[in-house]
Amino acid sequence: MRRATIDALSFHVVMGALAGTTLIVLIGPTLVVLITSFTNSFSLKFPPPGYSVRWYVALIDAWQIQAAALNSLEVALLCTALSVALGTAAALAIARSRSRLARALDALFMSPLVLPSLAFGLAALMFFSLIGVPLSFATLVIGHTVVGVPFVLRTTSASLQQLDPALLESSASLGAGGLYGFRRITLPLIRSGMLAGGFIAFMASFDNVPVSLFLSDARTEMLPIRLWQILENSLDVRAAAVAGVLILVTVVLVIVMERVSGLSRQMR
Amino acid sequence: MSQAATDFGAWRLALPLAGFFALFFLAPLGLLAAVSLFADSELSRLGLDQYAKFLGDPFNWRVLGDTILLGFQVTAATLLFGYPLAWLFHRVSRRLQTGLILIVILPLLTSVVVRTFAWIVILGRQGIVNSALLALGLIDSPLALLYSHLGVVLALAQVQMPLMVLPLITSLGKLDPNLADASAALGAGTWRTFLRVILPLSLPGIVAGCMLTFGAAVTAFITQSLIGGARLVYMPLYIYQQALTLQNWPFAAAVSIIFMLAVLLFVMLFERLGQLSRGYAHA
Repeated sequence: MRRATIDALSFHVVMGALAGTTLIVLIGPTLVVLITSFTNSFSLKFPPPGYSVRWYVALIDAWQIQAAALNSLEVALLCTALSVALGTAAALAIARSRSRLARALDALFMSPLVLPSLAFGLAALMFFSLIGVPLSFATLVIGHTVVGVPFVLRTTSASLQQLDPALLESSASLGAGGLYGFRRITLPLIRSGMLAGGFIAFMASFDNVPVSLFLSDARTEMLPIRLWQILENSLDVRAAAVAGVLILVTVVLVIVMERVSGLSRQMR
Repeated sequence: MSQAATDFGAWRLALPLAGFFALFFLAPLGLLAAVSLFADSELSRLGLDQYAKFLGDPFNWRVLGDTILLGFQVTAATLLFGYPLAWLFHRVSRRLQTGLILIVILPLLTSVVVRTFAWIVILGRQGIVNSALLALGLIDSPLALLYSHLGVVLALAQVQMPLMVLPLITSLGKLDPNLADASAALGAGTWRTFLRVILPLSLPGIVAGCMLTFGAAVTAFITQSLIGGARLVYMPLYIYQQALTLQNWPFAAAVSIIFMLAVLLFVMLFERLGQLSRGYAHA
């Protein structure tokens, strides 16, 4: 009996300690950035020697960072709209089909997730220069959409697979036409899948570096690339304030999306 | 299938995305493969010279080897620390579960640049780790954690942790709780039950998590380049340098193709392990 207790106890202590460490490691770095962003010094020393909001105030005049943020926001919104439209339509066509073609298409549409996106960015750059299309906002949106579609396809397909076909049959037998049935029955049922997928695609696009590196023209600066360059070269403390803003916005958006679409269930 | 179901599920709805992917995904990848087959950067002569050049230089093998090693180290670290968290998830109340899942998902949706930034602050010469070690008198001068392979492994393990934990949570949730009870009733201890029953039955989740984490870790350009610095070269940075800094498109294309094939090979290896493990779990 005593050995059994030691056995159970040691198991729970080891698992609990590892899980606790993981939790701290998951939250810790984000907190470190948040605290650092309120430093009053010119370095990223942690803990900061004193606290102030000076670096957040400095963002008000940082027009280059603001312009980059606006570019990223615009591209992310367009990419999300395109990803949701294309991805949802494709999900409706293939999610419930067992045909070989449908499975092959599904594998194709999901493959940007496992492919190194830097290699795709390079390939797309070569492609656009070959067909003579200059880099622009449009090329950025197209590149981001290829990477964003899998997220929408995955969540929307998952909610379609849970949908009871009897619902659609009864709506059809009551005389509801295809589009009407779609709008009144299918759409409300897959709405949260579409929202969650769109949200993940939006966040992925807003944060994308590998594709933007190759597909943005010289004049268009994207926020994550700007941040990356700051961190690589000058360690400008304003970057910490930008990071603080991004963290707060992400937390708020995630909580809202959890309420609206049950985000955490869609991501498992 | 009824009328309505076939109506809304019309295969035609896949056409826009199929066209989009054919034009903007398959065509570029085909072009990438084609460009890699040119012997010179002026694209005038065909040949396998770029591949020969890559395979003939030990430096390139080291870059590829380091990248794959990095992938395995990060995957092992996330599995070791992620599994207990997924296990804990199924042992707490519903309210706590919601909190835990948000803690796991939040980092996944937070900008990678921001998360990597945190590790620059933590690992730097004046960072938390060095300050703590100095204060404890364990070291005399700051360790060079930033710009080291170990630093990249640590940062990536944290950045990619959610990709491991989420499939594990799903997989452990599908286990029949009676199995653990049955094992205990038959006299097996807690450790034995875990190692012989729970761990093997959760292999599909482990494999899925490993595939995602490995794929993400080897391609994580931002974290690799910021924490590794310019001296530690991994495959994504190598492609970037060759393509944009040196403008050597055929060689960059060949390196991309080799890298994609390597990633694909290991992902398929994990998948094969998964199939074998499913047979094992059912036996």
